[in-house]
Amino acid sequence: MKNRWIALYVENEVGVLAKVSGLFSGKSYNLQSLTVGTTEHDDVSRMTISVEADDVTFEQIKKQLNSMVEVIKVMDLTDVPIHSKEILYAKIAGIDSEGKDEAFRIAQAFRIRVIDIGKDSLLLESALTERRNNELVALLKKTYRRIEVVRGGAVAIESISTSCR
Amino acid sequence: MDITGRKLIVKALAEEGVDTVFAYPGGMITDIVDELYKQEDKFRLILPRHEQALVHEAEGYARATGKPAVCLVTSGPGATNAITGIADAHYDSIPLVVITGQVAQPLIGNDAFQEVDIVGMTRSIVKYGVTVRDRKELGRILKMAFYIAASGKPGPVLIDIPKDIQQKSGPEEYPSHVDIRGYKPNTSVHIGQLKRAYKTLRNAKKPLILAGGGIHISGAEKLLTDFARRMRVPVVTTVMGKGSMPEDDPLYVGNSGMHGRYAANMAEMECDLLFSIGTRFNDRITGDLNEFAPKAKIVHVDIDTASISRNVVVDVPVVSDASLALTHLLEWAEPLDTADWQAQIAGWQKEYPLSVKVKEGLNPQVIMEDIADVFGEATYVADVGQHQMWATQFLKLVGNSRLFTSGGLGTMGFGFPASLGAKAADPDRAVVCITGDGGFQMNMQELATSVCDDIPVTICLMNNRYLGMVRQQQQYFYGKRYELTYLGKRDRNVLHPDRFENMDPFYAPDYIKLAASYGIDGMRVSREEDIIKALQAASAAQKNGHSYLVEFEISPEDVVLPMVKGGMANSDMILR
Repeated sequence: MKNRWIALYVENEVGVLAKVSGLFSGKSYNLQSLTVGTTEHDDVSRMTISVEADDVTFEQIKKQLNSMVEVIKVMDLTDVPIHSKEILYAKIAGIDSEGKDEAFRIAQAFRIRVIDIGKDSLLLESALTERRNNELVALLKKTYRRIEVVRGGAVAIESISTSCR
Repeated sequence: MDITGRKLIVKALAEEGVDTVFAYPGGMITDIVDELYKQEDKFRLILPRHEQALVHEAEGYARATGKPAVCLVTSGPGATNAITGIADAHYDSIPLVVITGQVAQPLIGNDAFQEVDIVGMTRSIVKYGVTVRDRKELGRILKMAFYIAASGKPGPVLIDIPKDIQQKSGPEEYPSHVDIRGYKPNTSVHIGQLKRAYKTLRNAKKPLILAGGGIHISGAEKLLTDFARRMRVPVVTTVMGKGSMPEDDPLYVGNSGMHGRYAANMAEMECDLLFSIGTRFNDRITGDLNEFAPKAKIVHVDIDTASISRNVVVDVPVVSDASLALTHLLEWAEPLDTADWQAQIAGWQKEYPLSVKVKEGLNPQVIMEDIADVFGEATYVADVGQHQMWATQFLKLVGNSRLFTSGGLGTMGFGFPASLGAKAADPDRAVVCITGDGGFQMNMQELATSVCDDIPVTICLMNNRYLGMVRQQQQYFYGKRYELTYLGKRDRNVLHPDRFENMDPFYAPDYIKLAASYGIDGMRVSREEDIIKALQAASAAQKNGHSYLVEFEISPEDVVLPMVKGGMANSDMILR
């Protein structure tokens, strides 16, 4: 099993998201994350899909996606250089000033921002890779008792220069 | 000039060359029905008695003509009743255009009367499904429906049309073609890859062709037969592929798989090259995947890329339509020396010839052989169950004969309505429905359709008073506990296997009286010498435009053998 990335161009139509996500549930594929948004063309949406699968299953997933009428193009991003980021918000509540200081240090170390603050709470905004966000969440869980995390799922695009990943 | 949506729908049907519409009316399609009334001379309308049967009838029609069949059902229960049929068409790659009425757009989402999200419900069992939301899009979507249903690997397409779209005026144009950026079916073949496949075949000592339903869809029966004969390669078929080659040909080994011939399954086990065309290697064919064709390299020709290397790892994949691939292969074909290999297969045939032994009652093998003898070149439509497997084993398909059956979904109740559709497609051809007492009862209301729409067929009903296929599983694998498989009175089930002879005489319905109530003649047969007589009466009736029901009384103890237990290797056959 290996984590894989697919970028999918689909028709920007009602029901397409349900059809694509339904394929993963209906055929028991292990979907990690799926994001969708419109592209530079109003009638085309692009999905970024992260899935855990062995080689044979992954080939099958790509073929099944390809055979959908609403799918315009399937791109396998697993082994190509990409830029990938996921937006994440983390609200930390019930903290004193010492807790806030620690949060600022964490923000500095992870190169993310504190974007809102209250008497005993604080809000972090992160746009890192999914993996880095996982590490952030793990640390926050260890450090604080009351946190609220919302994540957007990763989006990915191919690199221009092949040297950066 | 603008026209209403309903007018454009009927115009589209006419331009697609549709001559028959399977329709059941309801509130949300009365507009379209009314429009069809105005053009009655262009279309034959067939009114089934249930929407599930409606779709099966359309399937029979589509299998017989090779063209997409058109279904028209209303919203809500009309649409949900059709779902089983749509799923059946999906699994057996049958081209259908299913038009469902839908409540007017302002009502969608309100839980309006007879509103269901049929597109959502059928998403995983259609090739394409969409609700028309803009009158301007209607023409293009209808064109897409016919194109997608029939091209590539065929399948059902569902178009959900809200009532306001049917009534609204809009462009009158029906496009002559569509370009769909996300749908480009394969129309060519990679010659290099096909040559590799051919070379692999040439180098084989024990080659075997496995022919699936794709041969029929592609109309490649003759090409396949010529290719096998020229190369002298033995042929086995799947259930859906039966009839790919005339069965009296010495190269034809038989059906393989769960209830396949001993020789066919052994040939698969021992071959060194399996040249498969138009099959998706369903689990009923392969048995335990780890032990499927263990000594063989596998060539797989299929139009559907997603079918290749899904279940079975393939050595040489070829994405192509069967006819196209075989046309090229035939150009290269040169005879192989397969005499020893053929002799080995003949040895297996002799070792365990296919036959049914019965203690009492009629022998299903004799019934099947007599049916084929009396009707000869015909369309045979089997339902699902033991009789279906006996049909695949013993119904000798000669000449241009076809067997239609529900292979993928295994839908009980498919047979009888599908036979009506096949007959509607080709009224001059004899159509014989082979069914069981379980499956027939699932759609026997269609006797009315047969009579009222003048579609005469022959119904051969194998009555063993049990859901025999499941009963057989209970016998072998569930300690002979015959729960829920007896179709007589619940409290009179003969639960003990040795007491079949003490069968309760009660059985409902009386099929002969049932048929009579529709004005259909019938005969109950319990003696072997009456089989031919009854079938001849049925054949004569069909020629005179009347349906006929022959009920064969067979023993509940009859079993379909050989049998491979689900998940076991195909060499692991229960033979007696």
